[in-house]
Amino acid sequence: MRYLVALGLIFLCHAGWAQEWEDRQVFNDTGATTSLRIISSTDTDLFAPLIEAFVARHPDVAIEYLVTGTADIDRRFRAAPEAFDIAISSAMDLQLKLTNDGYALALENVSHPAWAEWRQSLFAFTSEPAAIVINRAAFEGLPIPRSRQELIEALRARPDVFRGRVGTYDVRQSGLGYLFATQDARASETFWRLMEVMGGLDVRLYCCSGEMIDDLTEGKIAVAYNVLGSYADARVESQSILEIVLPSDFPTTMMRTAFVSGASGEPEAAERFIQFLIAFQSNRADGTQTLPPLQERDNGADRASIALEPALITFLDTLKRNKFISEWENALIQN
Amino acid sequence: MNSVVVSGSLRNRLVLTLIGGAAVLALILFVVVRNYAVLVAQQGQDRILIASATSMLDSATIRDGAVELDLPYSAFSMLSTAADDRVFYAILQDGTLLSGYEELTFSDAQAFQFDRIRGSDVRKISASRILIGANLRTEIQIVLAQTQDALSETLDQISRNAALLGVGFFALAVGLSFWATSATIGQLGKLTTSVTRRGPQDLSPFTKPVPREMAPLVKSLNSLMGRLDQSLRQSEDFIAEAAHRVRTPLATVRSYAEATLQRVDKEENREAMRSMVKAIDESSRAAGQLLDHAMITFRADHLERDEIDIVDLARDLVQRMTPIAEMRDLSLLLLGDPRVQYSCDPVLIQNAVRNLIDNAMKYGPAESAIEITVTGEPVPRITVCDHGPGFPIHEIETLTARFQRGANAANTIGSGLGLTIARDVAIAHGGRIDLTNQPEGGACVTLSL
Ligand SMILES: Nc1ncnc2c1ncn2[C@@H]1O[C@H](COP(=O)(O)OP(=O)(O)O)[C@@H](O)[C@H]1O
Repeated sequence: MRYLVALGLIFLCHAGWAQEWEDRQVFNDTGATTSLRIISSTDTDLFAPLIEAFVARHPDVAIEYLVTGTADIDRRFRAAPEAFDIAISSAMDLQLKLTNDGYALALENVSHPAWAEWRQSLFAFTSEPAAIVINRAAFEGLPIPRSRQELIEALRARPDVFRGRVGTYDVRQSGLGYLFATQDARASETFWRLMEVMGGLDVRLYCCSGEMIDDLTEGKIAVAYNVLGSYADARVESQSILEIVLPSDFPTTMMRTAFVSGASGEPEAAERFIQFLIAFQSNRADGTQTLPPLQERDNGADRASIALEPALITFLDTLKRNKFISEWENALIQN
Repeated sequence: MNSVVVSGSLRNRLVLTLIGGAAVLALILFVVVRNYAVLVAQQGQDRILIASATSMLDSATIRDGAVELDLPYSAFSMLSTAADDRVFYAILQDGTLLSGYEELTFSDAQAFQFDRIRGSDVRKISASRILIGANLRTEIQIVLAQTQDALSETLDQISRNAALLGVGFFALAVGLSFWATSATIGQLGKLTTSVTRRGPQDLSPFTKPVPREMAPLVKSLNSLMGRLDQSLRQSEDFIAEAAHRVRTPLATVRSYAEATLQRVDKEENREAMRSMVKAIDESSRAAGQLLDHAMITFRADHLERDEIDIVDLARDLVQRMTPIAEMRDLSLLLLGDPRVQYSCDPVLIQNAVRNLIDNAMKYGPAESAIEITVTGEPVPRITVCDHGPGFPIHEIETLTARFQRGANAANTIGSGLGLTIARDVAIAHGGRIDLTNQPEGGACVTLSL
């Protein structure tokens, strides 16, 4: 009886646990001897080709792929680092802080350019610029804005059209949104003016790129600011409707990063996965990639890309974050 | 006499001392360079940490009665290193944590401290600032810590270079010490060879320049040889003087003995007088030869060469000695080349040949011939042969030594110096003397010059 209760409890917990994921998928669960749990912010359909290629090469490894938001990854990982073998996220700052705090395992046998890795533990494998995504219908017969400044002017010109129809990340919920916003704020004051303008237009706030693009495609909103262009690109059905603009004044490019948990039970298989991930992403001729590759960089001087350096933890400081969020709220949430 | 008691080697001692010294110096060099590098590198890190903390403190303000701290992006940016060092920080207001890592604490004992945070060794610093607002006075403290991976990488590299420097220095010093040692010992070797190369008679002082350190040795060597030379010369002089002084009274005694012999009639007394004359002759002859020997030793040391015809010299001698030879019914025959030109000391050669002819007359039988042969090729050579019994065959090797007389000489007047004189003359001219017995009987002495 007791046994049954225990079993039931475990089942309940497990079910409750499972429900909290945006997505959960297991690859190669037959015939594998080891299994890797990957916690990731990347949508499964973008990542699946890579995982399938990996399990084809390494049939002894099964992969459980768990998707959640970037801020949630940080929270869950800190709570139970032993529960995951690999963490993949687009929020470079959170990933770097996890590494700085000692959650990541240093991998000796991975060779990667110095600017694309940190402490031989955190490895970047994509270069993805933040984009302004526009529903072409809203700009019928009008020039499409190419920079933040032009966007500000376009929004101001036709407030009636755009009221309630502009969207951006809710930086309070999304780690990536927070990263983009802080880096933008660091780069130029234009960011704050844009936020004020968007705040005046009753901006809609989103947790994730996916939903924002859904709404854009459906025409619920006309403009989305700081969306991942790669997500929009990946939607075949959106391609005729949406225009992806990389702001010409200053682009902000993020690198997706991965690390192996220091508490991982399968460090050897996890290292193999990272090696495969890097090789897969740098092999451009392949054509099977669904994620953008890591952009070659001659040196670390490329200002557009967010650098993997300890300065990333600056905006994660509680005081700094509170200050930034309150400024952001002041600008954006005006009523 | 030849074996010298050897204790240790000067060369080894010198080399070992120098190499040992070099090793110690190399080690000191390594340690000093490394420690200095550690110091400089650590100071570099400390300075950056301080600068970073200062820029954080600068951003602290009081607004509406509350502390606001707007961390500058550059504060952490300046802490990035090639080895991606980890960074920890804590911001405290009057001792309570505002934000950052709560495990990061700082005791006020020292300005810079080492600690261990989250499995890594870190260097940490603390900086603080007092903020004064309208009705608030508060202290903001920043504790900043950084791992030392880049630092230890740099130090490893510096250590490697310092070690390389030390090893290079050591190798150079070893090479130099070998060179210096052999150069020093070489001077001793040079002196040794110049001592060994000397002729047996050469007791002149060393005049070649030597290093200052060796001057006392050479000086005492020279003075030793000077004393030796002088005492040798003194004894030669003494012998010559003694011989001379004995000879004159002996001649007087002899003439008295001769005169007495004329006047004595009794046969036994006459016999006694005759033995007396004979003994006197022997003594004066010995004295003469001692004189000759002393003279030859002296002249041989300071050889004066004249270009002469030695056949001429021999002929002259034969002529002078013929009367004495005829008294014993002996004939002296001069054979060989008509003319042999040679550069020598004629007095010495004459003396030597006279002694040889003397011997031939003494030991050769009466009514025989003595052949004196002079030849010029391949070297000037004078041979004196008689037809007597020859040299005692088992003594032939030693007869030329001083005062050495043969078994066959018992009844003959002599001092054992004749052959010695001939030998010394030959050697003084860079030649040699050979004693042989002729197959058909008779002794032959050859002077090769
Ligand atoms: N012509 C010779 N025939 C035989 N023996 C000789 C002859 N010349 C020298 N000797 C031997 O050599 C010895 C040494 O000779 P020398 O030095 O002239 O001394 P001495 O005064 O005894 O002649 C002699 O004692 C003798 O035994």
